[in-house]
This record gives sequence, C-alpha cells and structure tokens, in this order.
Amino acid sequence: MIFNFPYIAVVALILIGLYAVLFKRNLIKIVIGITFIECGVNLFLITLAYRKGSTAPIYTASPGGIMSLPVPHALTLTSIVIGVAVLALMLSLVIHIYKIYGTLDVRKIGREEE
Amino acid sequence: MVVEMLTDIAHIVVPILIIIASAFAIVFKDLVAAAIAVAAMSLLLSLEFYILQAPDVAIAEAGIGACLTTAILIISIRATRREEEA
Repeated sequence: MIFNFPYIAVVALILIGLYAVLFKRNLIKIVIGITFIECGVNLFLITLAYRKGSTAPIYTASPGGIMSLPVPHALTLTSIVIGVAVLALMLSLVIHIYKIYGTLDVRKIGREEE
Repeated sequence: MVVEMLTDIAHIVVPILIIIASAFAIVFKDLVAAAIAVAAMSLLLSLEFYILQAPDVAIAEAGIGACLTTAILIISIRATRREEEA
C-alpha cells in the first residue's frame, strides 16, 4: 500500500499541469504546465515498473531476488529526450511571439488593432 | 531494518514535496522564482526515480531537468518579460 503512494503524485502533477494550461494567461506558465504533465507521465511509467523489494535491473553484482521491469525505463528515457526537445521548441516560439507582438498574454496576442 | 524504515518514510515524503514544489511553480508571479521551483521539482523527481529503483532514468532526469530545462527557461525569461501580468 505504501509503495502505491507515488500514484497520488502522478495525479496531482497532471491536474496541476492541466490547471496551468487551461487557466493561466502567461505563455511561459502554460509551457511549465505542459512540462508538468510530461513529468507526471514519466513518474507513472516508473511507478508501474516498481514492485515491493525489487532492485535495479543491473546484472553485475546483483543481490538476487526480483528486479524492477526494465522496459518502462527505456520508454521513460525516450520520453524525457522528446520532452526536452518539445520544451526548447515551445520556448523559442514564445520568444518569437514576444518579439512580434510585445506581450505574453494569450488574450492580447493578435488583437492590437481593435 | 533502519534502512527499510527510512525507505518507507522516503516513499511518503518525496511525493508530497514534489506536489508542493509543482504547486509553488504555478502560484509564483515572478517567473524566475517559478523556474527555480521547476528545477527543485525536477531534482525531487530524480530522487523519486532513484528510490523507485531506476538509476538510469534518475541520471537522465537530473541532467536534463535540473540543468538544461532551467537554463533554457531562464534564457527565454531574459529574452521576454520577467513579471507575469495580473
């Protein structure tokens, strides 16, 4: 039971990220919210791979017993690299939007002529 | 025995600290403070990956999350505006 506690953190991270994406008006806060959703998904995969009393899946000098599942670790490594690439692309687009429109508010972008 | 008890305590305390750090990263109006809270959240997430027996993912998360993400966030905040308007 105690080892299922990170699922609460998964739910909280995804809900906080969704709140930031839906209700925040600053573009950098929205980018931070998308990063939190990615972190929640990574933590979900790693928590799925863990069992009570398992050790890291490294065969040199292993103490024996059960090991945690290595396939979600590989998936999470791929997901982390994709996440940082997406974050860098989003932030460069935010910088270009600020240079063109002069603001970061999502409700003011593109409405200067009104 | 002491190590098992400390591991049980870490399995409870570290997710709570992750939730607190992510909530502060959304609440702060100063974007540099929000970026530092994101770095703290990434560091605690890497610690959580380590106590969930995934050291390779913990190394990748510590290098990318705590260093590279904070660097590009600070660079983009410096190129735009620091304060979040109302």
